Formats: sequence, C-alpha cells, structure tokens
Amino acid sequence: MSPGILARYEPVIGLEVHLQLRTGTKLFCACSTRFGDPPNKNTCPVCLGLPGALPVLNRGALDLAIRAALALHATVHERSRFARKNYFYPDLPKGYQISMYEMPLATAGWLEIPLDGATKRIGITRLHMEDDAAKNLHEGFPDSDRNSYIDYNRCGVPLVEIVSEPDIRSPEEAYAYLTTLKQVLEYTGVSDCNMEEGSLRCDANVSVRRRGEDKFGTKAEVKNLNSFRYLQHALEYEIERQIGVLESSGRVEQETRLWSVAAGRTEPMRSKEFAHDYRYFPEPDLLPVHVSEALKAEILSKMPELPDAKRARFLREFQITPYDAGVLTTTRALADYFEAAVNAGAPPKSAANWIQTELLRRLNDAGKEIAESPIAPAALAELLRIIERGQITGASGKKVFAKMFETGDPASKIVAAESIGQISEAEIERACREVVEKNPDNVAKYKAGNDGVFKFFVGQVMRATRGQASPQLVNGTLKRLLS
Amino acid sequence: MTAPAWTIPSVRAALEAKKVSSRELTSEFFACIERRNPELNAFLALSPDRAFAQADRIDAIIARGEQLPPLAGVPVAVKDVISTCGVRTTCGSRILENYVPPYDATAVGRLESAGAIVLGKTNCDEFAMGSSNENSAYGPVRNPVALDRVPGGSSGGSAAAVAAGLAVAALGTDTGGSIRQPGAFCGIPAMMGTYGRVSRYGLIAFASSLDRIGPFATTVRDVASILAVIAGRDSSDSTSVPVPVPDYAADLDRPVRGLRIGIPREYFGEGMDLIVRQKVEAGIRLLESLGCVPVELRMPHTDFAIATYYIVATAEASSNLARFDGVRYGLRVPGATLLDMYKKTRGRGFGSEVKRRIMLGTYALSSGYYDAYYLKAQKVRTLIARDFAEAFQQVDVIITPTSPSPAFRLGDKTDDPLQMYLADIYTVTGSLAGVPGISVPCGKTPDGLPVGLQVFGPHFGESLVLQLAYAFEQARGSSV
Repeated sequence: MSPGILARYEPVIGLEVHLQLRTGTKLFCACSTRFGDPPNKNTCPVCLGLPGALPVLNRGALDLAIRAALALHATVHERSRFARKNYFYPDLPKGYQISMYEMPLATAGWLEIPLDGATKRIGITRLHMEDDAAKNLHEGFPDSDRNSYIDYNRCGVPLVEIVSEPDIRSPEEAYAYLTTLKQVLEYTGVSDCNMEEGSLRCDANVSVRRRGEDKFGTKAEVKNLNSFRYLQHALEYEIERQIGVLESSGRVEQETRLWSVAAGRTEPMRSKEFAHDYRYFPEPDLLPVHVSEALKAEILSKMPELPDAKRARFLREFQITPYDAGVLTTTRALADYFEAAVNAGAPPKSAANWIQTELLRRLNDAGKEIAESPIAPAALAELLRIIERGQITGASGKKVFAKMFETGDPASKIVAAESIGQISEAEIERACREVVEKNPDNVAKYKAGNDGVFKFFVGQVMRATRGQASPQLVNGTLKRLLS
Repeated sequence: MTAPAWTIPSVRAALEAKKVSSRELTSEFFACIERRNPELNAFLALSPDRAFAQADRIDAIIARGEQLPPLAGVPVAVKDVISTCGVRTTCGSRILENYVPPYDATAVGRLESAGAIVLGKTNCDEFAMGSSNENSAYGPVRNPVALDRVPGGSSGGSAAAVAAGLAVAALGTDTGGSIRQPGAFCGIPAMMGTYGRVSRYGLIAFASSLDRIGPFATTVRDVASILAVIAGRDSSDSTSVPVPVPDYAADLDRPVRGLRIGIPREYFGEGMDLIVRQKVEAGIRLLESLGCVPVELRMPHTDFAIATYYIVATAEASSNLARFDGVRYGLRVPGATLLDMYKKTRGRGFGSEVKRRIMLGTYALSSGYYDAYYLKAQKVRTLIARDFAEAFQQVDVIITPTSPSPAFRLGDKTDDPLQMYLADIYTVTGSLAGVPGISVPCGKTPDGLPVGLQVFGPHFGESLVLQLAYAFEQARGSSV
C-alpha cells in the first residue's frame, strides 16, 4: 500500500498486557509458581478446581499488584472485588476465571514513553488481578494426533492485567509503551516480564480513522502478541489490513483476530471461540479486597527507584552522559551493577565505559545475564582503580579484564602473577632516550616544526615497552628529551 | 424403635465405663445400617475402613487411660456433598458417580480430630438442590417416621439416618432450608450456624454465598456439641469468620425467662397447614409459660424471599457447577468434539432439577438480564437482611414454623417445581440474611408426622438460639 494512502489514516491502539506477578506461590493456594517443573507437579485441590476447594488470596500477590499500580501512578481503590468470568475451556478447571470486573484494584494511571526525543503520556485505564489458566499441550506426545494433555502448573499463577487507554498512535509507540512498561515493572520487582516463559503477554485493540476525525473507527482485538517483534509486525499488518478494507469501501468488523507467526498475518478467530457472554458476577468465595491508606503508604515507602528517577540521579551524581545513563538504566540489574562498582571506588565515567563495552560484550558472547557476571562490581572497581593509578595501562587492563572474566580472579592477583605491572620511570627514560638517539632524522623533522612525527616516537617507545608504559609518562619524557 | 437411642453423652459414658468398645459400637451401627438402609436408602456409601481405624484409635486412648476427646467414638454420617478423603462423594449425582476426593472437608477433619467416627455418606438431592430428596440420582430417601413420606431435602439422608438411629449425629448442608426442613420432617433438631460460622472448605458448592454446613442430632445438646466442634475460623475458607466459638453445650442451661421472642406475622399467613399452625402456636404458648415474652413483628420483605433466593442461588449454582465438564474427574461421555463432549457429559450427568437451575442461573447472569435479575435480587436480599436486623433490635430470637406442612408423600410435588420451591418459604429468609437458625420438634400431627418449630437468632447468636431450643425441648419432654 502506498505511503500516501497510509498517511491519510491514523491508527488508534490500546494495549492489554498480562503480567505474571513475581510470587513464590499461586494467587489462591500455596502451590509453587516455579517455571519448568514436570507437568502437574505444582497442583493442589484449589488450583485444580476440585469440588469443594476454596480460594484464599495471596497477600504477597496483592502487595505486588498494589506496587505495580502505584508505580503506574494509578489510583488504588480502598475497596475492590474479585469477580468470576465464566466460560468453558479445558485449561480452566473451575469453569470460570477469578478476575476483577466492576471493581478493579486500580484505575486512572499513566506511563510516560520516550518519543522522538521527548515524552508522551499514555493513560492506563485499569489494573486488576486474576489467576492464570493451565496450558493445553497439543503436540509432542505419541498420541497427539488424537489427544491433548493439560499441564496445570501454570494454573492459578497470579497475573495483573494492565489496560491502556487508546492513546497509542503507531506500532512504534506501542513498542515504546510495552518496553517502558516492562522496564518499570521489572524495576519495581513486580514481575520478571519474561516473554519466553509467558510472564508477559499482550493483546491489542486496533482501529484506524481518517486523520482529523474525532470518532474512533471499529476496533479489532489482536491476540497472541507475545514478543516485542510480533507486536510491531502484527500491528503494522493489522493497520494496513484495516486501511485496505476502508479504502475498498468495506467495513471493519468488530472481531477478535489472532496473530499467526507462521503466516505473518492476523487471522479471525472462529466466532465460537470468542463469542462469550462471560456472565461476570462478584466472587462469593472471596471477601472484598480492602486496601488501607496505611498499606498504600507502606508499599510506596518501599517502592524501588523507578527508571526515570534513577536516570536523573545518575546524571546528577556521577556526571555521566545522558546516553550512558540511558543505557545503564535499561534494567535494574545493570543499574545496580554500575552503582555498586562506583560505590566500591570505581571512577564513574570509566565504570560507565567499561560496563558498556567490555562487560556487556563479554556477557553477551557468553550468553550470560548481568547477575551472572563472573566479575563482581567490586572486582571491576579494583581493576579501574589500578588503571587510574597508572599502575597498568588501559590496554593491559583489557587483558586483565579478559583474565578476570575467564577465571573470576581479582585484578591485583592477575597483575602480580602475569607481571604486567607498568614499567618504572627509569626504564621509560631509557627507552625514550634510545628511540631519540636511533632516529636523528625524525628528531630533526620534529625540531623543524613537524608535530605529527611526535606520534612516531610515542609508538616506538610503546612498542619497546610492549605497551606497558604509562602513556602520560612517555609523552612527558619525550617532550623533555626533544625540546 | 427398640434400640437404645444413643447420644453423645451416653456414648461417652458407655466407653468410659467400658460397657462397650468403640469398635463394638461402630460395628453395631454398621449392622443397624445394613438392616435398615435397604428400605430407607439414607446412605450412599459406607466407610468401614476409615471408621474402624478411628474406632481403634479411640479404644487405644481408652486403654491408655487418657482423656477422651469431646466426640470420642460418636458415630456420625456425612452428607454426600461434603468431601471425604478416599470415600466416594457423589453429591447425589451421576456426574460424580466415581469421584473420590483426595482431601477432607474441614468440618469432617474437625469431627474426626474430636474423635467422631465417620460411618459413611448420606443421600441427598442432587447437588443439594431439592426439598424432598427425590432429586437424588440414586433414588429417594424414605422418612423413617412414615416410609411413604419424604424425609425432606436436600439433606434427607442425614436427617433420616439420625432419626432412624443409624448415626448419633450427622452433617448436613443448608442453602435455603436443606438442614432445617428435613429436621422438621424427620422430627429431630437440626441447625445451621451463622454464615461464616462453619468452614465451607470441602463442601461441594451449590450456592457459595448461602451454603452452610450444620448438624443433625437427636437432642439439642448433641447439636450444640457438634456445632462447637465444627465451628470456627478456617484459613482455607476466606468467608469463615474469626469470631470465638463459645462452649455451646455448657451455655444451654441458662434461663430463657424474659427473652423476647419475635413472632413475624408474615410467617403465619396463607399456605400453611392448619395443624402446623396449631402446633407452632402451642409451642409459642409453651415458651410463654417459660417466661418468654412474645412480640409481634413485621418483616415486610418476606414475600420476596423465594424469588430472590431462586435467583441468587441458581446464579451461583450455574457458575459453581461449570467445573463438572468431564475433563478431569467424574463422568465423561466421549464426543466428536470438545463441545460435543461437554454437552453429552453434562446432558447425561446432571438430573433435570439441576439442569433447570443451571438454566435459570445462567439466564439471570446473562448480559442484558443481569441488572434486572441478579442485581435486583441482591438488593432485595439486602432488604431481607435489614428486616432481620431491625427485628433483632426489638427481640432476642424469632420464632416461626420450619415448613408450611409436615412431610408430604413421595411423588406428591415432583411434577410441580414451584410447589416444591414453596416448601422452603419459611427457611430461605434466614438463609438470605445469613443468620443462624434451628428447627426443633414441636409435636406431631394426628398421623404421627413431626412438626418443626424454627428459631432464628442474630448473627453469631448461636448460643441464644440453642438455649431457647434446649429450654423448649426440655419443657416439651417434661410436659408429655
């Protein structure tokens, strides 16, 4: 479709994000939430929905949900209520999901996303808690052509659903929203936000309208956007599809569509799969949820520093560049690493550089997370202090770093063992004299005003000292000898 | 009846005096069940292994000369909607014909911890939906007082078992009258505590906001003893309430003189059998003779109770019964597709009354009807609860008939669901209001059919309800 046609329309997008709360146990029972256990290991009468079993709310999950809501500047209501969402499906053992409907935990929040160097505020309609469904397994068994299996480990795992206002105007904004949301919720420790393990899932409500129009177009709900990549592709596809329908004088159907990764397009779900009347009603097995001002204050007081605040503080306290501050606050773990290194005595600027270049590159090569770094923040700080003191050069430092990464040994031990400590002033003096004496031509050129040849002398001295001489000392000595 | 009527104190006395061992007593009860159950159909399953293991524990305690727990050796029966670990629990339904729970309901666990012996599971209307026990998939229960009569429902099996001496006490469940009405029909005391008084954990839900577990026994004292054991906060049931549990039995002897007993005019109107009116009015006069002060009451929203109840209860039931889908346990009828399997399983697994209520409830919750039915019913429920709250400003307890008629004949009302629903007319109000209530025998019709008198108390006023019932029982006993 031509860019001209696309430009005549404005997409309107709202996202519904499901996040798994980071609790050890499920929302309504004491079963473990551990991922990857053998199927149906973490189950009990409650999460299996056995007759007579009753739910009991996990306080830890409630606290996390409140924290998420407060981090998103939402109003946490003094009174909220769980409700039953009724439908039949084999992954839903009770025949209903325990969610929140008329009285959600929190409403009216917002999130600021970076956009073209500025920020844009995206409204958050509501945040509520609910329990996850089980996982239907249709593949991988000898009889998978005839039978499906169900793993109830995930069933009852605590989720929050975060519904945005239809404030998003492009797939890029949707991407930025999801990235920022993920960052905030990871920071607050509310969720692992791990898409592979299904702890972050996303559906989108998409419509398009002619630019300048006030009224929203008919929306389609696009499900299964479970990766950042799919999100953008799927939204782009769906926007173009709807514009195509309108351009050919058709009408966009209000429907639920599924993003097919294989086909690279959204496809309508069969109507029977979503034509539900969920018959919501208040969950009689649970009391209304009361959130006192005191509890909110307590949770707020323990709220970890959010990304924006941390970025600003890094700029202020450590005088690093805005770019560096941005990279270093991408995740809380990385920011914590940086700050720990600085607190252990690393110069902030070099810590910022070394983390972004050496550390992240090697972690990436090794397929490791920052938390698994073989070099602890304090160990990096020691190395950077040795370099700062001029005991070794930056070039040697990289070699020491590599060794540290490999062995986990401290920098001082490696420097001592490999005798790569920088050479003495006397040795530098000798090396410089030798180079000056051996190259009378270049000395003449330098004295005639050719400053460029100075680099030649430095290079020669560094070669003679195998790169272990302090560049500052070499510069000073050469300048003295050549003057 | 020839066998001596065992009570909790008489069981204890016999065990302590070593006149009988717990094992022997348990055997005696199983023998009795074997004799009588074929005609009564009160029990659906027996649990001899579990019963004898428990009896042996009790006998060991006796042998060691240790203090006996409060219900030591007391043979009890448990309604089949209450989960029992390792003992088939069908809810009187085909859909759970082969279901064996892997865990015990809290109330069952508490009974056993107190030394009671669980003999087996009692018949009931399917998923506790009915007022005559004729809705059981396993056949009706017969009233031991008159075999051609229903025992009431839905806890008909529990009531019949206790009335026939097949258990010293039994657990039933009451959603709209399912303990009190069978208690009245079978001529024994039967009680539901305040909503939240007894944990529902393990009670297979019919209507979660109304369901309560409560005891049947042959004396008010035994009812009090059982209630004291099963009552109290349970961390597995969020709706159970952390109000301390008094020693109900110890409080029974408190005088009732001066208690104000409310007589709501709405409960003595049309639709009540004359003989029931006469018996209940005689009961009120007896209470008066004990020094109670009758106070005439108006409870203006009473007329809406049946309609309200059948919307709230069926709405909740439509959701609660969704889990019986053939996927994980119970009946599964294979189908060509998932939907087909669901339809066939539920179509064959549920009886007609259960289907009727699922339909009613689904309708009441449907989009477009929710406000007019469910929400409206909730509002009326609040008004009915307010009637009670206001009444208890003026009186200590409320006295009503338990049921508009004595036990009717089997088959009499099976063709007319509405007539059947009206059998709950005096009991559903208290269910909706969440207050405690008991039915105590208050005489018999000329045909020998028992009539029940119902006592309602304020929230957590179980002690008061029991005191009044006890005084009434004692006065009647001595006046015979």
